Amino acid sequence: MVTQSVRSARGRAEVIIAATRGVGAMEEEMHTDAKIRAEIGTGCSPRGPGCSLRHFACEQNLLSRPDGSASFLQGVAEKSRERLIRNTCEAVVLGTLHPRTSITVVLQVVSDAGSLLACCLNAACMALVDAGVPMRALFCGVTCALDSDGTLVLDPTSKQEKEARAVLTFALDSVERKLLMSSTKGLYSDSELQQCLAAAQAASQHVFRFYRESLQRRYSKS
Amino acid sequence: MAEPVSVAAEYLAGSRARAARTVLGQVVLPGEELLLPEQEDAEGPGGAGERPLSLNAGARSRVRVVCGPGLRRCGDRLLVTKCGRLRHKEPGSGCGGGVYWVDSQQKRYVPVKGDHVIGIVTAKSGDIFKVDVGGSEPASLSYLSFEGATKRNRPNVQVGDLIYGQFVVANKDMEPEMVCIDSCGRANGMGVIGQDGLLFKVTLGLIRKLLAPDCEIIQEVGKLYPLEIVFGMNGRIWVKAKTIQQTLILANILEACEHMTSDQRKQIFSRLAES
Repeated sequence: MVTQSVRSARGRAEVIIAATRGVGAMEEEMHTDAKIRAEIGTGCSPRGPGCSLRHFACEQNLLSRPDGSASFLQGVAEKSRERLIRNTCEAVVLGTLHPRTSITVVLQVVSDAGSLLACCLNAACMALVDAGVPMRALFCGVTCALDSDGTLVLDPTSKQEKEARAVLTFALDSVERKLLMSSTKGLYSDSELQQCLAAAQAASQHVFRFYRESLQRRYSKS
Repeated sequence: MAEPVSVAAEYLAGSRARAARTVLGQVVLPGEELLLPEQEDAEGPGGAGERPLSLNAGARSRVRVVCGPGLRRCGDRLLVTKCGRLRHKEPGSGCGGGVYWVDSQQKRYVPVKGDHVIGIVTAKSGDIFKVDVGGSEPASLSYLSFEGATKRNRPNVQVGDLIYGQFVVANKDMEPEMVCIDSCGRANGMGVIGQDGLLFKVTLGLIRKLLAPDCEIIQEVGKLYPLEIVFGMNGRIWVKAKTIQQTLILANILEACEHMTSDQRKQIFSRLAES
């Protein structure tokens, strides 16, 4: 039995990410004195009865120097998180179109209110789309927390994450909701894992719908 | 009934392959698959039991469709790899199915053969100039690729000069090469760009918009001040007017054009024309 709780948006987890492309050490960027106004693409995710995800908002194209940037607002050690995000991006980006080129993704955590890894994954995906890097699909991150009596909570806050028995983060792709990456911490059974994965796949629909609306809003300005 | 089940399954799968025709002008996301015209006839609704028998079942009349930027061929379908609006151009001479491409907004330039770009000379090594065009590698430009250049008569190009040229070799596997002459050996406007003026960077989408045949922005700008302007497909614009102030005003207007509606633009132009 899966119960989902509806929470009000407390605190913000904001990640600003800049994606740049260049050959190895030689990153010669054209210096520009112009100020590029940010494209504001904010929006809220639908708060229907079945959805327990917090308020989303996204801004694209905020920083002028990198090729693409996005700010995603969402209700280990550093190295392992880097590796997880990198593996997810590598699975999705068409690297064969850019041989001998490095694509650098820089993530800056502005504030952390739970579900940090999922927020980083979402921001990375939006920034790669904004930079025009060719990708074979979009991806999103969803976090689930299992507390001591087996209740599944999607998109947990920091407090819920601390008190949970297990916290599972999944990265899912947009074409067939396949699992690209999973990072789990804590104790859980096999059936609970399947339950969490199913709930995450259902929740990813909302995230992808939000991506689509956000991008449509951006392109409708031009 | 086979139909509702297949529709439900496709919906659950997330990205149903849609006919390219129905999505024209809409925003498409990476990962979507598009069907080409002759395929949707075979896969359309009601095709399950009612397809007419054709004697040569295997040979459908294939239309040659060109896959432009942002699209890749994936089996029989087109896979979208960039986010943007889907566009289509009918073939001029009637053969082939035209070109499909995704109009995306991007700041980073990737060299493409035949594009005219503005580059900055960064190094001179022997007979080759290295020119920074905003891609991941500097392009190479031979000193013989200028109009009237011979081994004795070298062109006067220094490090730091601006060059307007076109790519003859530009693919992902090789270093890009550019030249400043066309196929007949004439300069045709290419070569070293003169002294003074201002070079600034805009997004690639704005350049394409300004270079479209029916763009009114350039005509209005031309009526404002006499000016010289060069557009590079790599997002760089060089502009020169009589005074520095006018040059800066023009640069600011062109950069702001991306975000302004045409009414706001007309207001600004009329205000400037008065002063």
